[in-house]
This record gives sequence, structure tokens and C-alpha cells, in this order.
Amino acid sequence: MSDVERVEQMLRSALVPVEPPERLSDRLERGLSELTEAAADELADWELSAMRDPRNWMPTVTAIVVGSAAAGGLVLVRARQQHKKRQVTGVKALQRSMRGVATDVRKRLRR
Amino acid sequence: MPELADKQRLDRDFTELYRAHLRDVYSYAYYRIGNHHDAEDITEQTFVQAYRHFERAQRESNGRPLRPWLIRIAHNLAANYYRDRSRRPQTNLDDAAILSAPLDTERVVEEREEVKEVLEGVSKLPDDRREALIMRFALDMDNREIARALGRSEGATKVLIHRAIRQLEQGLKEDQADE
Repeated sequence: MSDVERVEQMLRSALVPVEPPERLSDRLERGLSELTEAAADELADWELSAMRDPRNWMPTVTAIVVGSAAAGGLVLVRARQQHKKRQVTGVKALQRSMRGVATDVRKRLRR
Repeated sequence: MPELADKQRLDRDFTELYRAHLRDVYSYAYYRIGNHHDAEDITEQTFVQAYRHFERAQRESNGRPLRPWLIRIAHNLAANYYRDRSRRPQTNLDDAAILSAPLDTERVVEEREEVKEVLEGVSKLPDDRREALIMRFALDMDNREIARALGRSEGATKVLIHRAIRQLEQGLKEDQADE
């Protein structure tokens, strides 16, 4: 084995990947969840202002209906936190969150 | 303004990116900074910044992997960390790989010493060489990815890594000669 190869082997032994602590995952998911919520609120404000113009009704309604199905992605992060905080099952948290999304969509469509 | 469906797709993609590369970003930050506490802060800031610019990065990536972009954010944050605090990286050896090894045998003690020497040697390298080695060996990035993360050509990156290994080898030999 050449000197370079030996040093490479030593580097592989020394620079092993380091697992992040679990508290970091929790902290990150909380932070990202807050960010996504803020972004969603911003988007909702834009949608409401867009709805005042009848020309935007169909595209906006379509976006809300399509988007509500995809909202599961965002909700999953929040659901995980709820699961940890309240010790409920992930399924219940997800169902509760999805009901919240559905209520929100219904309210918007009624306006 | 993106539509809601676009935003949900972006969030889903970002979640995948986060899950796939949390360990990479954390490992990079840890080996650059040298302690877990600041590595956590750098990792958190990296993902917050990445989220803010994710849409543009995804649009401009043309389907290429986003790991180099993510590591570049961590790299810039780590550079700011040093600039703000005028610090050099620490080698907080007890917390890293060494403790995961089994105890007791003489061979293990020797290996631990060797790992310690290598990490100390890496920490003495110039910033760009140290970063390239961390990306290559801790994150298993290839030359193309490292080149993108460092904003260099692939050829220059290959030379950089070669010189880093040579310098480390030389340093280790000198340390052994001193003992």
C-alpha cells in the first residue's frame, strides 16, 4: 500500500459521518414548520386578495382544491410534533390536521 | 406568486432533501467547527436558509443533485462563524468517531491515537484543503460535487484534494519524527 493510500485509509477511519442528535431534528422540524406556516399564511393572504377579482376565481379554487390534497406533506411535520407533545397516535394527529385543512378550504370557498 | 399546489410540492421536495442530507450537513459542520453545540446551530441555519431559497435553487439546478448547494450554504455559514469569532476549528475528539469503537484492547488504543493524529493534522490544513477532505471522506462526495460546493473546476478540485492528502501525509511524518 502506498503512503497516499495509507493516509486515505486513515482519513476514512477518522472522518466518519456523525449522526445529529435527536434534539436537533426536533428543533429543526419545529423551526421549519413555523417557516412553512408563515409562508402558507402569506400565500393565503394573496389568494384572498386574488379572489376579489372574478377572473381569478377558477384558477384559485382549483389551486386550493388540488393543494388541499397535497397539504399532507406540511401537515405531517406538524402532526409528528403533536404526536410527541400530546402522546397521541400519528394517525389521529394527521386526521385532526387534515380536518383543519378541510375546514379552512370550506371557509375560503364560502367567502 | 406560486400557487398553493406548487408550494406543497416544494415543501414535499424540501422535506425529502432535509431527510436525505441532515447527517451530511451536520457532519460537515461538526468537522469544520469542532464542537456539537455550534455544529447544531450551523446545521439549523443551513436548512432555514436553504428553505428560503429552495424554489430558486431547484429551478436553477436543472435536475442536478442539491447536496453541493446545501453544503455550500453550510460552508459560507461556517466561514462567517470563524470571521465573527476569529477562531480556528477545534478537534473535539472524544465526541466523534473514537467513542463508538469498542474499548480495552491495545490495538484499539493505537487506532484511537492514529485517528486523533489524523484529525489534528486535518485541522491544521488550510481551510480549502480541510473542507475538501471533509467533503470527500466524511460525506463521500465525488470530485464533481465537491467542485460545485467549493465553486471550483473539477480539475482544480482534484489537485486540491491530492495536495491536501500530500500535506497531511507530510505533517504526520514530521509528527512521528518529532516523537
